[in-house]
Parts: sequence; C-alpha cells; structure tokens
Amino acid sequence: MTALLQAINLSRRFGGVQAVSELTFTVNQGEILGLIGPNGAGKSTVFNLLNGVIAPDTGQIIFDGKDITGLPPYTVARHGIARAHQIMQPLLGLSVLENCMVGACFGRENMNLADAREAAREVAQSVGLGDRINALAGSLTTAGKKRLEMARALSAHPKLLLLDEVLAGLNPTEIEHMIETIRGIRKGGITILMIEHVMRAIMSLSDRIVVINLGKRLAEGTPREIAENPEVITAYLGDSKLLATAEEGAP
Amino acid sequence: MPSSISQDVAKAGTFKPQRSFADEIYRHVREPFPWLIVIFTAVVGLAPVVMDDVSLRESLLLAAVYVTLASNLNLMIGYAEYVNFGNIVFFGLGGYIGVYLATSWHVNLVLSVLAGGVCVSALAYLFGRGILGLRGAFFALATIGVNEAIHAFVTNFEPWGGATGIYLSMDAYEPLGGPMSGLWFCYYLLVLVMGLSLLLSYAIKTSKFGLGILAIGQNEDAAAVLGVPTPRYKAIIYAISGFLPAVAGGLYFFKSGIIEPNGAFDLTTSIEAIVMIMLGGAGTITGPVIGAFLYEELRGFLLFSETFSHLQLVLAGALLLIIVLFVPGGLLGWLRARLPWLRKWLQ
Repeated sequence: MTALLQAINLSRRFGGVQAVSELTFTVNQGEILGLIGPNGAGKSTVFNLLNGVIAPDTGQIIFDGKDITGLPPYTVARHGIARAHQIMQPLLGLSVLENCMVGACFGRENMNLADAREAAREVAQSVGLGDRINALAGSLTTAGKKRLEMARALSAHPKLLLLDEVLAGLNPTEIEHMIETIRGIRKGGITILMIEHVMRAIMSLSDRIVVINLGKRLAEGTPREIAENPEVITAYLGDSKLLATAEEGAP
Repeated sequence: MPSSISQDVAKAGTFKPQRSFADEIYRHVREPFPWLIVIFTAVVGLAPVVMDDVSLRESLLLAAVYVTLASNLNLMIGYAEYVNFGNIVFFGLGGYIGVYLATSWHVNLVLSVLAGGVCVSALAYLFGRGILGLRGAFFALATIGVNEAIHAFVTNFEPWGGATGIYLSMDAYEPLGGPMSGLWFCYYLLVLVMGLSLLLSYAIKTSKFGLGILAIGQNEDAAAVLGVPTPRYKAIIYAISGFLPAVAGGLYFFKSGIIEPNGAFDLTTSIEAIVMIMLGGAGTITGPVIGAFLYEELRGFLLFSETFSHLQLVLAGALLLIIVLFVPGGLLGWLRARLPWLRKWLQ
C-alpha cells in the first residue's frame, strides 16, 4: 500500500481553542478512509487544513510525494484534491453543467472549455443529475445539491476526494443511492477521505477509520476494531448504537 | 443506475476529445450574437453620416462613451460581482495619458490612447492585487479611495497642468486633417471602442477565464476550492475592465479639447455608470447598452426640463433604489425571465 496523503503532526489553534492538535494520519492509494468523531472534534478543520482553506500552525501535509503545506486552495485543487462541502456551496446562478465545468476546467487536468463540457456532462450523468444539466443550481433540491457538490468535485478527475458529510440531511432512499455512488467512485480509481455521522454508512463503506476527539487522534483501525474500542465508545458516550450498527454494517 | 456508476466514472476519467482552436472560433462565428454586436456597431457608426446630422453624432458619441463605461464596469459588477465605485478613474487617467502624449509629445493619437489603456491596465493590475483582497463594501470604499487619490495627485501634477488641466490648441488636430475631420475620426474610434467593449464582454463570458470569473461572482470561496486562482483572476478582470474605458477617455477628452481634474475624475459619472448597468441588467451583455441609451435619454430630458433640471442625480439615485429593490435583474433580466426565446438574441 502506498500512501497518497500524509498528514504529519498537524496543529491549528483558533484563539483559545486548539482545534487540531498534533494530528498524524495517512490515506492510502485507492482506499476509503473514514474520519469520525463527536461534534466539535475538529473534523471539518482537518479538511480545511488539507485543502488549503486554512494553513496549519505547525505540521506538514504530503500529497502524492509533494509537500502541499500552506498552499492556497486553488493550487491544492490543481494538485488533485477535490472537496464536497458539508454545507453545500453551489454556484446558484450557474447551471448544473456550468458548476461541474468549473470543477473540470480548474481542477487537476486544467481542461479547456470544450473538454470540460464533455467531462462535466459524463460526471453529472454518473451521479444521477443527467436530466437536470441545464437547470440552475439554485433550483435543485437538497439531495440534488449534495449530488452537485459531489459531481463538481468529481469533474476535476481528482486523485483524492474529500467528502464532508455528504449523507447528512438525506432520506434513507437517497442515502442508499449516495452510498452506491461513493462505492462507484472508488471503483473508478479515486481515493476517498470522508467525514460522516451516519454510522451505518461509514462502517460499511470505510476500509479504515480514524477517530478524532478534541482535535487529537483517538484511535485508528478497521471499522470492527473501532467499534469495539472502549475509548471510542467512551468518546461517543451513550451512543451504544455505534456497536450495534457496526456489527450489521461491517464487511 | 448503481451498476453503471463505476463504468461511467472510469470513462469520465479517460475522456479526451480533440478540438482545435479553429473549431472554437467557428463555434462563435456560427452564433448570432457576435454578429448582432457587429451590426449594431456599424449602424451607430454610420447613422450620423447617412442622416448627415452632427447633433445626432454628438448624442451618439456620448452614448458610445456611456456604453463603453457601463459595459466594462459590468465585467466587475455583473460578472465578478465586485462593485467598483471608482471606475471613472480609468476613464480620467487614460484620458490624461492619451491627451498628454498626443499633445505634448506629438505621438500619433491612436498610439497615445492605446498607451493610456496599457498604462491604466498595468496600474489596475498592481492595485488590484492589493485591494481585491477586500470584499463587499470595503472593496467599494477602496475603489473610491483610488479615484480620489489619483484625482488629488493629478490636481497637483504640474506637467499635466495641475488644477487647470490641459487645453488643446487647434494645431493638435492638424495630424488628423483639421478639427472637423478630427471630430469624425474620434467619433468612429469611440464607436469602435464601444463595439470592442461588447465583443470583449461576449468573449469573456464564453471563455474558460470567464467561467472562472462568473464562479468568483457566485461564491468566491467555493470557486477557490474548485481551483479557480482567485487573486490572479480578480486582478486580471480588474485590469481588463480598465483598458477600453482608458482608451475611450483619451479619445473623448482629445475630442473635447480640454481635460481637467474635476471633469476627468467625477464620481457622479461612476455612479451613473452603475445606474446604467442596473437599469439594463447586470451580468448580461446587452443590458448595459440598453441601460446606457435609456439613461442618456432620461438625462437629456431631465437636463432640459425646467422642473427637473436640478434633480437629475436625485432621480438617478431614486431610480437605482427602485431597480435594486423591485427589479434586481434590470430590464433585460425582467424580459429574459418572461420571454425565454429572447435569450439567444439578447445575451
């Protein structure tokens, strides 16, 4: 297994809050790595550090053999990291196709407009937005906007896809569809790092899971190991469903 | 659907169509819209000749200047959604450089005004890298600051005549065959600059760069995460939006025969350009044209009407308020929403 992304001793403080503290983990080529933790554990901050939205105070990020620490988000995107946001950020006044074209044009492959149009159309189709291509992004439903976040990130043909709670707010049917979509993306050769609160989903999707709490790494292992880890259960105090759902969901 | 996803995604990753540059050009030539711009420009350029009407020329000349100002400002306000209140600084500074080179150094008029455009764009790029880090109201305030600072500088800059400005003697028009033909020459060039402004708006809107700019206008942070190099793109669009207004400034003030600081850096005109954009429809290409012509009509009416002659700006302000509150898409946005078939023709 080769490492695609290494986060080494990442730390970031906001005023009096140590949001991320000496966090180290590795994402291997081709895997789905789950990042979980209680609310406020620092998961989204980790994503912000990885794709350059904020710079770490200390620590290093190595992606695909290159040091990308402190680079701005648009350069990180060019290196091949794409992100679907937890709070959807569609470009409301542009169409679904144009949204995806932005991803394709300015992502890893730096496509021209014509290539981007084709790539965007294919990806929109593959995530199930094929019939809404000319609709304005603002007119999509919540599930549609989630798919658009994903499609837009995928249009860049990234090496690593950061998925930030893409299942939140979806109904059970939509979650099933999305899980299939995520499996499909991995089969297409894209490595995935995902934050998720829907335990059943993350337990069944992930190859490995990293648990963080208060900005620190609490545990790391396969979904089954994580579910049986007493420290993790304490961190999720009261969430006894964790074990139960893990047992039915684990591969 | 699920079974085909992995194949689709994998296929999307390898898709690589080949398109040549000539194909790209051909794609635009087949579109009706650029031709509409060319026809419109030709009609405006020839109308006063055919009608043999000098007052029509003067009124269309002002319209061409307005369209140039509004259309280029629209690149910032309508595309990138950055409100530039001090946009008139491009016009004024370009005017000074153009007029100065043409009169004091006897440089060819076309070269002078182009040099004005290049200098202004270069300055705008440098300023842009600094002030475009600001957002919203802070950026708008900074642009007013830039205009006022350059206004103050020019007022105290002796080579450009300080507060009295530069007056052109009749000799200045000799290279163009005298004042009469000089005026016509300036008119044709200003109409050409207007046409180029519209083609520029079209070219940017249909380009990859333009897609990045529109993305910035919609959500700058999301655009950056998608890979749009936001600081550079913003500075480039700011610089581009200054070029043709600066060229127009050189031609306009050369034609007027005088340039002085209060006329060149008048914030009122900045605000009028914003009214034109909002009136016609921000973010569209045709909107600023319609807005500019309507506003010039309205302004002419108000200036000559006994009741309203002192209320022109008051009414412009009220008009802006009404548009922003009730018709944020402007006239064109309103029409396009109701008549979808218009979209192909009025972009």
